[in-house]
Amino acid sequence: MALKPMLGGENWVTSRLDKVVGWARKYSVFPYPFVTACCGMEYMSLSSSHYDLDRFGMAFPRFTPRQADLLFVVGTISHKIAPVLRRVYDQMCEPKWVIAFGVCTCTGGFYDNYATVQGIDTIIPVDVYIPGCPPRPETVIQGMMLLQEKIARQKQEY
Amino acid sequence: MLEPVENSTLASLTARFGAAVIESGQDKGDLVAVVTRDSLHEIVAFLRDTSELDFNMLIDLCGVDYLPRKPRFEVVYQVHSLERNERLRLKVTVPEEDCRVATLSDLYPVADWLERECWDMFGVVFEGHPNLKRLLMYDSFVGHPLRKDYPINRRQPLIGPKN
Repeated sequence: MALKPMLGGENWVTSRLDKVVGWARKYSVFPYPFVTACCGMEYMSLSSSHYDLDRFGMAFPRFTPRQADLLFVVGTISHKIAPVLRRVYDQMCEPKWVIAFGVCTCTGGFYDNYATVQGIDTIIPVDVYIPGCPPRPETVIQGMMLLQEKIARQKQEY
Repeated sequence: MLEPVENSTLASLTARFGAAVIESGQDKGDLVAVVTRDSLHEIVAFLRDTSELDFNMLIDLCGVDYLPRKPRFEVVYQVHSLERNERLRLKVTVPEEDCRVATLSDLYPVADWLERECWDMFGVVFEGHPNLKRLLMYDSFVGHPLRKDYPINRRQPLIGPKN
């Protein structure tokens, strides 16, 4: 109220630029679904109307790393596909985040064998791990909300 | 162990090739013939091109590792006659020290990829194959991962930490 005469009767909102940018980024995440296995079906059902990812501002999957800022690694990553995953991650622009969806992506799961990468954190940095085989949609939504909190709280680069 | 069975396909096969058919019969209702390695190509060509038999489709081809048995490997062929709706399984034993079989890719085009998979996983060489290279693993992979003496955990990462 005391500011009113000073600001000439206009309505002002004062905030920190970091907070505003974080809030904006939090609700405009563009996921790149890197889908390799059965978790892909889970991801498809999750991203269809029943669970409504549009609530989180994550409705638009972008199928090119140049338009995405969230790498959604969904399914088993074999050693043969690992260099491709690494290249996709490298081609994404900063700021970028990674979600590991499902136990195979997080740790290799029960594929303790010659073909499977034992967790994608051996190749690329991961922000949020979503466990489960397959993860329930509620689990994934919680993971996304955790990531949104992380995005809002982090030091923003612009 | 194969149970004896009255069947015209097996009868014509033994009549035509005699000693090259080591054993024939049925196993849980499926027709099986164990044949010698050298006669395999000839036998499959006979099964495919004889109009009464007409086995015009190769369903699958796979390797089996019977370590420590000697001869160690077996290659199993599943052929199918679409017109007569009959299936036949052919088995060939392959010793480790002379690990080769004649290719069927000149008879069935699908054998190209199936044989590449078998070479990739078991190291069985298919002689006369037009393009025998790995199908599932990458070229820098050393060894044949479905052999029983390949440690299941021996990973050969292209990127990332080596274990």
